[in-house]
Amino acid sequence: MADVLAQTSGMAAARPRSGMRRFAQRRSTIALLMALPLIVLIATLVIYPALYSIHLATLNRSLEHFVGLANFKFLFNRETFWMVVKQSCIFAITAVVFKALIGFCVAHFVHNVPAKGQRKWRGMLLIPWVIPPAMSTLGWFWLFDPSYSAFNWIFERIGIPSVTWLGDPYWARFSVILVNIWYGAPFFLIMYLAALKSVPEQLYEAAAIDGASWWQKIWYITLPMMRNIISITILFSLIVTFANFDIVRILTSGGPIDQTHIFATWAFKLGIEGGDISLGACVSLFMFPILAFAAVFILRDINQRGNEA
Amino acid sequence: MAAVAETGSPRAAVKAGSMRNDRRRALVWSYVFLFLFVIFFLTPPIYMFITSLKSSAEVGAVTNPWWVYHPTLENYISLLTSPQYLTFFRNSAVVSLVVVVITMIISTLAAFSLARMKFWGSTTLATGVFLTYLIPETLLFIPLFKIFAFVHDTFGISLINHWWVLIIIYPTLTVPFATWIMIGYFASIPKELDEAALIDGAGYFQMLTKIFIPVALPGIIAAMIFAFTVSWADFLYPMAFTTSADQMVLPAGIVTTLIKGDVFNWGQIMGASLLGALPPLLIYAFLMDYYIAGLTAGATKG
Repeated sequence: MADVLAQTSGMAAARPRSGMRRFAQRRSTIALLMALPLIVLIATLVIYPALYSIHLATLNRSLEHFVGLANFKFLFNRETFWMVVKQSCIFAITAVVFKALIGFCVAHFVHNVPAKGQRKWRGMLLIPWVIPPAMSTLGWFWLFDPSYSAFNWIFERIGIPSVTWLGDPYWARFSVILVNIWYGAPFFLIMYLAALKSVPEQLYEAAAIDGASWWQKIWYITLPMMRNIISITILFSLIVTFANFDIVRILTSGGPIDQTHIFATWAFKLGIEGGDISLGACVSLFMFPILAFAAVFILRDINQRGNEA
Repeated sequence: MAAVAETGSPRAAVKAGSMRNDRRRALVWSYVFLFLFVIFFLTPPIYMFITSLKSSAEVGAVTNPWWVYHPTLENYISLLTSPQYLTFFRNSAVVSLVVVVITMIISTLAAFSLARMKFWGSTTLATGVFLTYLIPETLLFIPLFKIFAFVHDTFGISLINHWWVLIIIYPTLTVPFATWIMIGYFASIPKELDEAALIDGAGYFQMLTKIFIPVALPGIIAAMIFAFTVSWADFLYPMAFTTSADQMVLPAGIVTTLIKGDVFNWGQIMGASLLGALPPLLIYAFLMDYYIAGLTAGATKG
């Protein structure tokens, strides 16, 4: 009796289930079709070129013969290459550290002022991020002009010797980093401000009752609560800054004597302007390690979020 | 706060008063530093504006560079009547608008499919989309350059030095993040809505156009703004793939054609840059909240 009952109910359930399966199949086919343009785009214009550049890096200059790792060996023996590695690291790390610090401080200042005025301040402070970097860098280029530098004009008035902003290797490095900080800090500011708003006010009130100083509030409440956003913003910015092109290209084109080249500008110079595509591909591949490193962290973060949700 | 201080004991009043003083001091310092940072952040655009109002003679004269003695609009007039600059502007506008349309079609469909319909491997794909956003263009331009040359050799289609080629490659910059934004917005729409639509006999396409797109409109606007600003501002691809002046978009055009020879016409360069920055600035001014929503969507979602 019980068997029969189970059987009939099983049969009853079976029919809708097979219908459901067909339904699901149709549903997933439609879903796949909808995602297809995305898959095709990414496969042909992102994944394929990325893999192709590994292949290109193993060819000789005329792209006819396979030369294995000879290009890499050639690079490792060049002094300029190591200079570019060093400069890329200095450029990216210094800029990201300062962007993060400035963003963090300014976000606090904005958060401190009455809510009514916050919009206005935020609006003004985000402008460097909104102007296309190629165009604002031209403005900086003019501010750094060797004979008409408006900064030097001020320096002269207050008795500081004028600076050769883009002519001297050290000042040129300083200048490209300064412009990058100027352009990128507002992004951190916006991210941190959004994060600050999401920290519950009660935590600070509880801390105030316990007699915490402002420093303790930042160290024990703000930083732990914002840890996720801080780390993901820094990772993001590290990738973007490492791969930066516009600022260095416009300000110095890598000069004086290649001292300010970073991977992207040097790869452009070798690959597009110099016509040595394999060597250019080789140089740009050195951005891969930082990418892989970031990908691991971000994947972990996404998985964690998936588990929480 | 004040009421508490008045009714409380004198001791409490002193304490509250000192706290209020602390807060006021913090506020004053916040304003001071905010003011300094605003100066730092706004100096370049303001100086660009000042320079753009000067004639070449005044730019070259030994006067206070931070002040305009004889303001003139001649730079702007000559830019707006120069066929070359207007070509840059038109190329930029066409490229950006078409890229926005393409991006929205691809990413809305994909996000709907990835957020709601699911298929084999869709979760992996969603993560993969986000990771491709991290592959910088500076890694891709050299292989793309070679691929374009290959396409030219085999199919006879010349892809180098045409402004429309940017329409093909800019979506690689915009689609991954736009999809990511949209997945977040679509996933936050309650499931009951699409169940109700299914019961009423709506197809998937109707579900998307009648429910998802209207409900997630803020996300769509944010993604559109993102796509527009990215394609308006990109510099590397036009530098690598376009060479003649009539095929250039604004950023590359200004940098390569106006900076020529020994005499830079700085007033004109600054005017050209500012005019070129105007569309994103206007969008930002009028749609600031959407702009910021698009920026922070990647990090604060979830």
